[in-house]
Amino acid sequence: MTKTTLAGNVQLYGFWRIMSKPDDKQLQMILEDMVVARTQAGRLWNLQRQGQVGTIAPIDGHEAAIVGAVHALEPESDWVLPQYREPLGLRRYGPEVLDAFMLYNLGHPAGGHIPDPIKVAPSQISLAASIPHAVGLAWGMSLKDEPGVVLVFFGDGASSEGDFYEAGNLAGVLKAPVIFFCVNNQWAISTPTHLQTAADSFASKAEAFGIPGVTVDGNDPAAVYEAVFEARKRATTGKGPTLIEATVYRLGAHTTADDPTRYVPSDDLSAAQEKDPVHMLTKELTDRNLWSDSTQKKIEATALERMDEAFEKAKTTPLSPDSLMNHCFVSDTPRQLRQRSFLMDAGDTS
Amino acid sequence: MNNKVSELSMLEAINETLHSEMARDERVVVLGEDVGRNGGVFRATEGLIEKFGESRVVDTPISEAAIAGSAVGLAMAGLVPVAEMQFLGFSYQAMHQIAGQIARLRYRTQSRFEPQITIRAPFGGGVRTPELHSDSLEAQFANIPGLKIAMPSTAADAKGLLTSAIRDPDPVLFLEPLRGYRGIRDLVPDEEHIVPLGQANLIKTGDDVVIISWSYQVELSRRVAESFEEEGISVAVLDLRSIVPLDIEALIEIVSHCGRAVVVQEAPETGGFASEIIATINDECFWSLEAPVVRVSGFDVPYPVGMLENLYVPDETRIRSAVLKTMENG
Repeated sequence: MTKTTLAGNVQLYGFWRIMSKPDDKQLQMILEDMVVARTQAGRLWNLQRQGQVGTIAPIDGHEAAIVGAVHALEPESDWVLPQYREPLGLRRYGPEVLDAFMLYNLGHPAGGHIPDPIKVAPSQISLAASIPHAVGLAWGMSLKDEPGVVLVFFGDGASSEGDFYEAGNLAGVLKAPVIFFCVNNQWAISTPTHLQTAADSFASKAEAFGIPGVTVDGNDPAAVYEAVFEARKRATTGKGPTLIEATVYRLGAHTTADDPTRYVPSDDLSAAQEKDPVHMLTKELTDRNLWSDSTQKKIEATALERMDEAFEKAKTTPLSPDSLMNHCFVSDTPRQLRQRSFLMDAGDTS
Repeated sequence: MNNKVSELSMLEAINETLHSEMARDERVVVLGEDVGRNGGVFRATEGLIEKFGESRVVDTPISEAAIAGSAVGLAMAGLVPVAEMQFLGFSYQAMHQIAGQIARLRYRTQSRFEPQITIRAPFGGGVRTPELHSDSLEAQFANIPGLKIAMPSTAADAKGLLTSAIRDPDPVLFLEPLRGYRGIRDLVPDEEHIVPLGQANLIKTGDDVVIISWSYQVELSRRVAESFEEEGISVAVLDLRSIVPLDIEALIEIVSHCGRAVVVQEAPETGGFASEIIATINDECFWSLEAPVVRVSGFDVPYPVGMLENLYVPDETRIRSAVLKTMENG
């Protein structure tokens, strides 16, 4: 299959067409969500260092890819299945996502319940495991003649899992309305992409599924938006799935439990920081008089207030010992009933 | 009320149930390898694609993880997937989706998503299959919270339990014994027939010893129990029908009554579900025992090739010896 390079930092594998670009208003909304994500990620890192939340995966460097992608979706009809780095970038899907995410970070079971009708699944720790779910969900939606698509996030490392290949293959056969969104941040914890695959690109793996694959500069939210917009159009017009690889650079650690100075070359990191997606879009919109320092400061302050509010709400969300037993089955088995009564006699979650 | 019954093989009962559940509930979709045009390699899904069409009866790529994984998504979309693993041994290739995703879906989303998923799979020995076609893996699945496991021993129960499985809002692994597909025939109600999960069936009463089993081993246990009648030993047989949920009350009642028990499974001995039954007996009614409970199992080796199969699979002789052993003890 021939590779074509188009303007707008999009490299294509296979057939492609003219895309729709975000307008200025959308770019402002995208930048706002990117700034919110970056700001909240910083606060979350500090909360983890203070021992107030569990392990988290910083979003730094991924903002344009994630936010740009979801701004090309329709939250009323389109599902997002995250891996685990994305939740702070899903503000477009409503405040419920952050509320649930803060519960999740606390280790509260309610963190896994993003309420209906928000079309976002909770974080997925098992790499690539949500990809077949996305295919089944998209397939089910088309069986029910429901509009919309499913976008599933995963990383460069996850694309080595069997689930990626099995799901991609099935989606190709079924022409399921799904978008495989691979955020290639160059690192799978400490493993660089050249040890992950010998393929030309992660997008080129689409060829084996008989679907288009596209590599897009994930630091350019407009390019990401265009790619997702086009993939969405294909999906909603019965043309089936698309694999999008958004290339970014992980600017932070893999998680709060990781020390990237052991393996990330400092020159590479410095070069990547020059292309920091938040800084680049801020500069672009400032140069075009679409953004200002005062706007940015206001957004940052509101983002922190909003996060503090979500965190307070999470901390005061009740948790009873029987939460341990709830929601395994609709109703307890006889064995679970005994365990539940044992727990309620002995239980204390403090 | 129509109380008519028909004599069916277990396979026919399963096929009939799939037909009736698909007709009853248009959310039900059947997916798996060769389930459509071929009607399943055993014909369990025969006629479904003709009646319900290609969109509800789907031949998938050979892709067990994608079958199980896409079932999660179908359930998230509000459909009721009935997925087939062509053989239970192949489910190893879907284990991360079954154990890591399907079984946890309700818990990890606090019931935002309802895993109304049935996974059917044939298993069990006695028919000289190639590798990984016969393995009894039920104990491995029983150790996965969030998964129910139905293991019928009769055609009527196959209908009743499969109906319950498909309608159950939680995921159910429905295990079909290869030897029972055509080897088991009994009277099956023509009309809707529901056997709730978690209700054991005392298929034969008795006073001296109870044999506890599930799936095809129940049939062998019943024959053994009947053979003891002439010898003046009264042997009961408890068919668990589902191992998760486990009918603990029925177990306690009959073990307490007889005071002696034998547990029969086809799976390897170590870590098998028989061990769970014996631990439950110890917890609940140890002081009613007259003798130690005896296990009859496969051996702690991989399921063997055809020429060794008869040595591996518990047979009537081994079950009979176990009953005699409990009578000698105590």
